[in-house]
Amino acid sequence: MSDRIFGGIGLVLAIIYAWAAAGIQESFLTDEVGPKVFPWIIAVILGLSSVWFLLKPDPDPEWPSWGRIAEIGLAALVLAIYAEALPVFGFLLPTALASAYLTWRLGSRPLESVVIGVLTALGIYLIFRSLLGLSLPREGVELAIDAFFSTIGDLFGNEPAPATAPQGD
Amino acid sequence: MELLGNLGDGFLIALTWENLFLALMGCFLGTIMGALPGLGPSNGVAILIPLAFTLGLGATPSLILLTSVYYGAMYGGRISSILLNIPGDEPAMMTCLDGYPMAQAGRAGEALALSGIASFVGAFFATWGLVLLAPQLVKVALLFGPAEYFALFTLAFATLGGIAATNQAKSAFAAALGLGLAMIGVDTQTGVPRLTFGEVHLYDGIDFLIAIVGLFALSEVFVFLEHRGTDRDISTKPPTAVGRIVPSWSLIRSCIPTMGRTTVLGFIAGVLPGAGASLGSFISYSMEKRLVDKDKTFGTGDPRGVAAPEAGNNAAAGGALVPMLALGVPGSGTTAVLLAVLLALNITPGPLLFTQNPDVVWGLIAALFIGNVMLLAMNIPMVGLFTRVLLVPPRILMPVVAMISFVGIYGISGSPFELLMMVGFGLLGWVLRKLDVPLVPVILGTLLGNEMEVNFRRAVEISNGDYSVLVGSPLAIGLWTVAIVGFVLPIVVGGRIKRRMHMARDEESAISD
Repeated sequence: MSDRIFGGIGLVLAIIYAWAAAGIQESFLTDEVGPKVFPWIIAVILGLSSVWFLLKPDPDPEWPSWGRIAEIGLAALVLAIYAEALPVFGFLLPTALASAYLTWRLGSRPLESVVIGVLTALGIYLIFRSLLGLSLPREGVELAIDAFFSTIGDLFGNEPAPATAPQGD
Repeated sequence: MELLGNLGDGFLIALTWENLFLALMGCFLGTIMGALPGLGPSNGVAILIPLAFTLGLGATPSLILLTSVYYGAMYGGRISSILLNIPGDEPAMMTCLDGYPMAQAGRAGEALALSGIASFVGAFFATWGLVLLAPQLVKVALLFGPAEYFALFTLAFATLGGIAATNQAKSAFAAALGLGLAMIGVDTQTGVPRLTFGEVHLYDGIDFLIAIVGLFALSEVFVFLEHRGTDRDISTKPPTAVGRIVPSWSLIRSCIPTMGRTTVLGFIAGVLPGAGASLGSFISYSMEKRLVDKDKTFGTGDPRGVAAPEAGNNAAAGGALVPMLALGVPGSGTTAVLLAVLLALNITPGPLLFTQNPDVVWGLIAALFIGNVMLLAMNIPMVGLFTRVLLVPPRILMPVVAMISFVGIYGISGSPFELLMMVGFGLLGWVLRKLDVPLVPVILGTLLGNEMEVNFRRAVEISNGDYSVLVGSPLAIGLWTVAIVGFVLPIVVGGRIKRRMHMARDEESAISD
C-alpha cells in the first residue's frame, strides 16, 4: 500500500514537473534542443517509474507508530526553528537548546540533556570558531569569547592564527 | 617511467607539513567515523565537505583531507563489526561473519590487527592499480565526444544500483528525482530561470552540498530517533574486550594467499560500474569460502574469513577511484560524495583533470599512499583508543552530527533558507529510506544533472537537431548496450544475490557503500 501512495504522489509530481517545464520562458536566443526538453525527459522517467510502483508495489516497510512519526516531525520542527533562530540569537544559545532537545529525545535524562547541550554548543564553537576560524553567527556571548581569545593572542604578541593556515598552495 | 616521475612530483606536493597534518587528521577522523555505527564513509565525508570548503583549504589539501577520511572510514568500519557484531558501514558487513566469533573466542585483538593488515594490503595494491589503470582509461576517455559522455552518464545511473539492486524502478525514480533537482535554477545555456516558481533563492540552483548533507547525515539522526528504545537500538550492547593485539607471524602468513586473491578481485569489483565496496567484500568472502574452506571453519571465527572481506572492500575502495578520477563518473555512493568535493572546488574530473591539474591528481595519489601507511601505523597500536570511541552513545553523538551539519552549511550559505532546505532533505531522506528508494542516485543526479544536460544539448546542437547522433558512433552504441544490460540484468538475478548478501545479516539501509 505504501508503494501505491508513493506512486500516486510520484505521478502527481511528474505531472507538475512537466507542466512547470512547459512554462519555462524560451529566450529568443536558443539552441536546437532548448531548455524544456531535458526536464520533460526527466518528468517521463518520474512518471513511468511511479506507474510501476502503482502496478507492482513492494511489500510495505515497517512503519513506526504514530507517536514515533510525531517524534520525527517534532525534531524536524525544532531543527527548523533552530535554523531561523541562528542569525537572531547567535550560535551558542540556539545550539545548546537544539542539541539538548535532541539528546533528551534520544534517551538522555533531562538534567543530563542540559549539560550535554551546553557542552556540545561550547565544544563546537571553540573548535570551529576559536580554533579553525569558521564564520558562525555571533551575539553577546560569542563576541565575548572571541574578544577573550584575541586578548590572549595579543598577550603572546600575535593574532590567534587558524591552526591550518594555508601554506604554499 | 613518466608514471614514476609524476608520482614523484605528487609526493613532493603531498609531503608538506600542512598536507601531512591534514592526512593524519583525515585518517584519524575517518577511522572514528567508520567505527561509529550510523556514520559511514558517505556521510562522514559529506559532513566534512562544507567544512573543508569554508576553512578555505585549497583543492589539493581538501582532497587529501577528505580522501584520507574515505580510506580511514573503510579501515574503521571493521572495528564495530568485530567487537559489536554491528557493521560500522555496509562494506564491513561481511567482516562480522568471522570477526565477531573470533572476538567471542577472546581473539578480538588479533582479529582487529589482522583485518588492519588486510585493509592495508588491499588499499595499498589498489592504489598501485589506480596509478597504472587510470592514465590508460584517460586515453580512452579522450576519444569521447558529447554524445559518448551523455551515454556514459546514463550508464553510470543505470548501473548505480549494482547487480544486487532489487527494484530498478526505484533506482530510476531516485535518479530522475536528483536530475530534476539539478534543473532548478537559471539555465546555463540560454539564461532563462527554470522551475524556480519565482523564488529568488532558487535562481542559483540548489547547492548539491545541501542535498548531500541533508540526505546522508540528517536523515541518519531521524533514523536513530525512530529506533530509540526498540530492539534495533544499538546503544545498549557492551563491546567485547580486545585482548592480545599483535598477531603471530604464522597467522599472518596463513592469510597471505587469501589477501592476494581478494585484493585483485576487490579492485576489479571497485573499477566496474555498479559494484562498489559492498559487493567487493561480498564476492571476496564467497570466493575464499569456496576455495579454502575445507574444514568448514568459515563463519566460526576463521582468520581468513576476516582477512578476505577486509582486503576486498579496501581494494574496491581504491578501484572505485579509477572511474571517478579518469572519467568523472563515480561508481558508488562514497565516490559520488568525493565527486561533490571536486565540483565544490571548481575542478572538473575526467580526462582533462590529468592534463590540466596533474598536481591535484598525483598529489592526491601520493596522499593515498601516505594515508595508508599512517592508517596501518595508527590502527595496530592505537586500536584500543578507537574501541573506546564505540562507548560514545548515539544519544550524544547524533546531536553533535546534526549540529556540525548545520555549522557546515551555515558556513557556506549564511542564510536560514538553505538550512531549512537541508532539514527538508533530511526528512525526504528518511521517507525514501523507509520506502527502500536508494539515496545515491539522487545525489549523483544533483551532481551530474547539469553536465549531463549540457552534453545532451551539445551533441544535438552539433548535428543540427538530429537526435540520432546520440547513438551515432560505435563507442556510444557500446556504452548504451552496457547501460541497458546493466539496468536489466539485476531485474533477472538481483533478488537472488541480494538475499545471499543479507542471509547472514539482516541489515536495512538505503545508503549502499
